[in-house]
Amino acid sequence: MLELSPTEWTAILLSLRVATVATLVATPLGIAVAWLLARREFWGKSIADALIHLPLVLPPVVTGYLLLLTFGRRGLVGAWLADHLGIVFAFRWTGAALACGIMAFPLLVRPIRLSIEAVDRRLEQAAGTLGAAPWRVFLTVTLPLALPGVLTGMVLGFAKAIGEFGATITFVSNIPGETQTISSAIYSLIQTPDGDTAALRLVVVSVLIAMAALIGSEWFARRALQRLHGN
Amino acid sequence: MLHVDVSKRLGEFSIEASFESEGRVTGLFGASGAGKTSLINMIAGLLRPDRGVIAIDGETLDDTLAQTHVPVHRRRIGYVFQDTRLFPHLDVRQNLDYGRRMNRLADDPAARTRVTDLLDIGGLLDRRPGKLSGGERQRVALARALLSQPRLLLLDEPLGSLDEERKEEILPYLVRLRDEAGIPMVYVSHDPSEMRQLATHIVVLQRGRVTAFGGAEVLPAALARV
Repeated sequence: MLELSPTEWTAILLSLRVATVATLVATPLGIAVAWLLARREFWGKSIADALIHLPLVLPPVVTGYLLLLTFGRRGLVGAWLADHLGIVFAFRWTGAALACGIMAFPLLVRPIRLSIEAVDRRLEQAAGTLGAAPWRVFLTVTLPLALPGVLTGMVLGFAKAIGEFGATITFVSNIPGETQTISSAIYSLIQTPDGDTAALRLVVVSVLIAMAALIGSEWFARRALQRLHGN
Repeated sequence: MLHVDVSKRLGEFSIEASFESEGRVTGLFGASGAGKTSLINMIAGLLRPDRGVIAIDGETLDDTLAQTHVPVHRRRIGYVFQDTRLFPHLDVRQNLDYGRRMNRLADDPAARTRVTDLLDIGGLLDRRPGKLSGGERQRVALARALLSQPRLLLLDEPLGSLDEERKEEILPYLVRLRDEAGIPMVYVSHDPSEMRQLATHIVVLQRGRVTAFGGAEVLPAALARV
């Protein structure tokens, strides 16, 4: 009853891989975007802000379908990537990671942006007078002081990515071993007669993963805060 | 030599200041709101003048006509802020080392020892700024600015946030700094007794305008006008 079947293991490992890759790729991008939104004024800033938040308010199916239109084999970007770089997203696990990354992006950016906004700009000025070029000010002062927010963003993003369902299944379907994540596996199982026990096992696993992520992030955030305040 | 001739509009307030000083310590004296901080922020490169020229030893840092503006991190001008602005996530040793690392200067343990001895902070190196007293924090801020090897040191009311006792604690260090460090300083204060003790030349600033320049003898007239 508690033994996980190979298909279930595959789905779990795939979910972890998809969410980890999505988070790791989205984080540096998210930090850059958060910094731009927090520290720079530029034309079209509110449009950029709205675009980033769009996946949060659009029905996930719509986001997934838009991804299919853009990054599918015949999509504008997808065709170019496939022809020139040999990168294919459609119906691959990499596509699942792309969908999860985009869905997780607004949740990842927001806490990072808030924590960058909270960094005392007078400290950044002081770093400048000590000879630090702007990018070094960012790396040695802004980013370390914003670290708790970065960790929070990563955990929220990871949690969103591992639970993502609608956009992923629309964009890359539900192929066991390639794009079948925990969510889509549960979805398949509850459509199948006698699938209930297996579905329940995966439910328990996803609760455990979510708990571990939350506890882990709490621990990291506390460590980071302690480091900042010098205890 | 420090050459300043700038104007800057800040909302309702405007600064039009011009002076030239060869002093070891140029005192910038005036009531709060006279524009002292805005003026040294322009020297530091944190604030851009609307019009004018700022030069040190013949090197132009700002010239609005020639559209010259050397960015703050390339000016090699140290700045000691009233609120110290020590980096809270670094210990004292790392704070002191910051300027050297950012300027890619070679490690110089002798210079570090000289400065930490001068300011009596050798025993604080492993502490975080959060664990220091106000006077200790200000001494560390002084040392941090000195160790970035600036060609000019700006001090913005470094005693402003300290009580009388702490002021008496720091003042002798500033005198030693003036006599031993060999770095020209611009010292901002509204306190005439600090001016008398430290400044070799005094620029009196009132409502954004320079109203007097000279030695300590300019202070009584300036005080009478305030």
